[in-house]
This record gives sequence, structure tokens and C-alpha cells, in this order.
Amino acid sequence: MKNIETNKEYQEYVDKMSPNSPIFKNCFNAFWVGGLICVIGQLIFDYFVFRGFSEELTGTIVSISLIFLSAFLTSINVFNKIGKFAGAGSLIPITGFANSIISPAMEYKSEGYVMGVGAKMFTVAGPVLVYGICSSVVVGLLYLLFNAQAVMLV
Amino acid sequence: MENFLGSLDYWMFLKAFIIGGLLCVIAQILIDKTKLTPARILVIYVTTGTILGGLGLYKYLVDFAGCGATVPLTGFGNNLAKGVIEEVGKNGFLGAFIGGIKASAGGITAAIFFGYIASLVSKPKMKKQ
Amino acid sequence: MKKIGNQTFKLDNPITILETASIVGKKEAEGPMAKYFDVCLEDEFFGEKTWEKAESKMIKTSIETVLKKSKISLSSIDFLFAGDLLNQCISSSFGIRDFEIPFLGIFGACSTFVEGLLLGSLLLDGGAGNYGIVGTSSHFCSAEKQFRFPLELGNQRPPTSQWTVTGSAAAVLSKNGVGPYITHVTPGKIVDKGIKDANNMGSAMAPAAIATILAHLKDTGRNPTYYDAIITGDLGHIGKSIVLELSKAEGYQLNSVYDDCGVLMFDQNKQDTHAGGSGCACCGTVFSGYFFKQLKEKKIKRMLLVATGALMNSTSSQQGESIPGIAHAVSIEI
Repeated sequence: MKNIETNKEYQEYVDKMSPNSPIFKNCFNAFWVGGLICVIGQLIFDYFVFRGFSEELTGTIVSISLIFLSAFLTSINVFNKIGKFAGAGSLIPITGFANSIISPAMEYKSEGYVMGVGAKMFTVAGPVLVYGICSSVVVGLLYLLFNAQAVMLV
Repeated sequence: MENFLGSLDYWMFLKAFIIGGLLCVIAQILIDKTKLTPARILVIYVTTGTILGGLGLYKYLVDFAGCGATVPLTGFGNNLAKGVIEEVGKNGFLGAFIGGIKASAGGITAAIFFGYIASLVSKPKMKKQ
Repeated sequence: MKKIGNQTFKLDNPITILETASIVGKKEAEGPMAKYFDVCLEDEFFGEKTWEKAESKMIKTSIETVLKKSKISLSSIDFLFAGDLLNQCISSSFGIRDFEIPFLGIFGACSTFVEGLLLGSLLLDGGAGNYGIVGTSSHFCSAEKQFRFPLELGNQRPPTSQWTVTGSAAAVLSKNGVGPYITHVTPGKIVDKGIKDANNMGSAMAPAAIATILAHLKDTGRNPTYYDAIITGDLGHIGKSIVLELSKAEGYQLNSVYDDCGVLMFDQNKQDTHAGGSGCACCGTVFSGYFFKQLKEKKIKRMLLVATGALMNSTSSQQGESIPGIAHAVSIEI
């Protein structure tokens, strides 16, 4: 084999030596677990719409129910096993967002309820809220800019 | 219960399954191919959802796939955008600062509250593998 | 002592490794090395409230065990070198705070155990007393919490990632004794080949291991076959293949004598640890548990123990810095 001199050559060599993730298997598991979580959401949605709730309120009910499910599975030490199996399949639905708040809360309990649970709760999910909320403000401002009717109200 | 089961649109379940699953597959490919951390993937998804929602495009996916589009984190982003647009329509400038959180208050509060409760009643365990 | 070649020290009075002790967690006790360890824990909390307390208790226990095994009282110990992975080495300092012996905290990431052996033997050779202790520890849960993600987060570990060994190791060094002897020590130089992926530590540290092994062989004028075993600390499966291939390209055939503690610690097929073991305790416990017994039984007569460390933290990773690697070697002969 040829000699490895530069960092770039070493990086290329390492890439060649390192095994790739089993992407086909991972995608298959992500697909059916992610799909299944959405179907559970749909079932809850249909049930509450059937009971006469408004669609908007039902959307919130679906979120809260799935978040509760995720919190329950995380606290009985099961969610991480699902996550290891399903990867993005349990990360991308709202269950993953909930897990990313609940897991540091549990982990940092040893540092106390204020600076541990309270502060570290957002170590993983904090950026989601920051970017979600900031981009929603930008959307709102742009909407204001391009919508004369709304501007009239100011 | 009979009536409820009879009222279900099974075609909708299939669409929710496929669209929800596909959104997860895209994220899985990003994770495996680009070594992006889960936090970055979630940020990309929520921001994409907000942008698509702001452009008024995401609602077509919601109409088509129901919870297949609202349950993934892009749906959370879309919800923020939808809320902010509604609120700007009602209250103008101030709405840009109120609408997002208002529309997604339930989810955020639930995650924080259940997270707090979980930390009270449970502690982390060693992973087996 | 005398310096030979570029970076090796030859000890005038070879220092005896009098006794070793090892303590490991449950997963390690399910691996192929299980029967060689002194203590295997059933519970990773070790009866404590936090992972950090558990790790401190492990290092305390391993030092107490090694003292008991070597029948030496705490008061006759002249110095103690210890270090670990947690911020400011708290496992070590908290674990030994009741011992009342001169303590020197060291940090060499996962190379800490050999760094301690190296410093300890130089100090004894220089006449600083009769007995020294070297100790180290790592804990899967405290390391995950500090360097990666909360344990309950549902993430996937990439196939290049390594599993931090839960455990602690300690060794008593003695000025007088009948071996196994530390005869030469080679402190390593930092080698950074620009690897940034914190989930691929073996590749980041392998160049440092090669550099130290080759420097040692050149300085001492030895061939790889002089040794019955050349053992690196925690390069894992990927790092091990890199060391074999790249040292071959430099003209050194290590195949017949080379292995890695990260590879030996776990069963890759059954235990799902991906690229193998890592952590301070990886090299420490595999040496203390397995290789020390082999040396005692004269099944291995000469070995070169090369522990490797990745000198980074989570801040440097987030700032996009590459990972500086280090490797220290000690030559142990009977």
C-alpha cells in the first residue's frame, strides 16, 4: 500500500477502514417504527374528532398523548432501546423531542432539582425550541411585510 | 365503539404510515451519511417545517397524510408557522411574538411537565448494549 | 536511569510490579476476560447514589484490594499516581481522599495507567522511596454523561464508536522485588492526524501508538519479535487494523505479537460493543487482570504495554478541533 503522509490521506484511509452504518436495515426499521407512531397518532386523532372535539384541539391532544407515551417509556428505561433499534423512526416523531427533554432531566437529577433537572432539561432539545421559535418569528414578520391587510392592523 | 371503528378511514392510516415513515427515513439517511447529531437533525426538521408552513406548502402534506405529517417534528414547525400567521392576522406586529408558542403550548408544556415528573419518579439505568 | 535514543529511558534498577488489582462492571464480566478480574460488580451504581460516586468507590476499592493482595500497609506507600476521565480527575481524588498518602493526580486520558507506571518507575529508580501505587478508573455511565448523551436518550451508536469500560485498576510498584520488572519506559509525543470524529477514537489514536512503538523499537534497537506481546490500550478493532497495516508499511511486522486491550475486553459478535472497548480502565484492567498473571506464570516473558489516549474534551469537539492522540510505552520483562 502507498505511504500515508498528509492528514487528508489519513482521513481517506480511515474512511476506508471504518465500517459504514447498516443503512438499509436502519432505514427499514426507521420507516416502520416511525410510520407506526404516526398511525397511533392518527388513531388518537380520529377518536377525539369522533367524540366531537375540534380538529385544532385534537392536534394538541395527539401531541400530549404521544409525549406522555414517550415520557412513560423513557422513565421505565425502555425508550433508549426503541431508539437504538429504530434510530430516526423514534427520533423524528414528537416522541423523540419529548425523549430529548426527559432523558437529561432524569440524568442530571443527581445535580439537584434546580441546576440539574431544571437547567439541564434543555441540553438536547433547547436548540429545537430556539430555532423553531426564532424561525416562527421571522415567518410572522415576513408575513406582516408581504400582507397589506395585516399591516393595516398595526 | 362500533360506530367509531366503522367511521375510521383506513386509507388515511396507510397514508399516515407511509408519509410518517418516509420523513423518518430521510432523517435516518442524514444521520448515517453525514454524521449529523440527533440535536442537529431535530433543528433541521423543525426549521424546515416552519419554512414550509410559512410558505403555505406544508398544509398540503397535512391534508394528504394527517398525523403522518403532523406527528413528525416538521409538523411541530408547521404548527409554529401556522400559529404565528394566524396571530399576525389578528394582532399584527405583536402576533409574530405570540402566535408560535401559543399554537404549540400544549406540546411544549407537556414535554416539560412530564419530563419533570419522570425525573422525580425514575432514574437512569445502565445500558445493556 | 539513562536516556537512550530519542525518547526512551532505561532504568538502572528495574522496578518490580509487585501486585495488581482489577475491578469491572457487569458487561465486562460477561466478556472473554471475565475470569481474570478480582472483583466483578453486579450493579453499576456500586451501592452509591450517582455514577461519579460509584466510580470513586471503584478506584478506592481497587487500591484497597491491591494493598491487601500485596500485604503492604498503606503507611509504607511513598506516593500514589492516579487519574481518570471525569472533569479535574474527581474520581481519583475523591476515591483516595481518606488514604493520607502523597498523591499526584495525572491526566493522560486513556493512557493514564501506563503514564502512571512510567512516572512511578522513574521516581522509584531515582530513589524516591520503596513503594508506589498507580491507579485509574473509568465508568461507562459517567463518561457517557460527560462526553456524549444522557443514558436514556434514544440514539444510535455508530459502528466506529467504542464502549467505555466500567472498571478500575491499581498496581503496586516496588524498588525491590523479583519481577516482573519495568526495564524501559518510552513517553510518547502528541500525534494529531486531523481526525475530528469523536465516535472514531481508535483511528485518532492509532498514529500515536505507531509512533511510540516504532520510537521504542528504534531507541532500544529491538525487533518486534523481541517481545512476546506488544499490547496497545484501547484502539479497538479499527485502530488495531490501522496499527498493523501502517507499521507494516514502515517495515515492521507486528502481526504475531500485537493485540489491543479494547479488542480483548469484549466479544465483538455477542456483546454489541461496535468497535471494541475504551476508557482508562480498559488498558488498566486487562493488564492487571490478564497480562500480569501471564507474566507471573512466565507464559509471557517480555511485553511492551502501550496505552493510548485521546487528549480532547467535549468543548474542543464542539469547536471543531481535531483529536490529539498520545501513547506511552513501558517494557515489562521477567
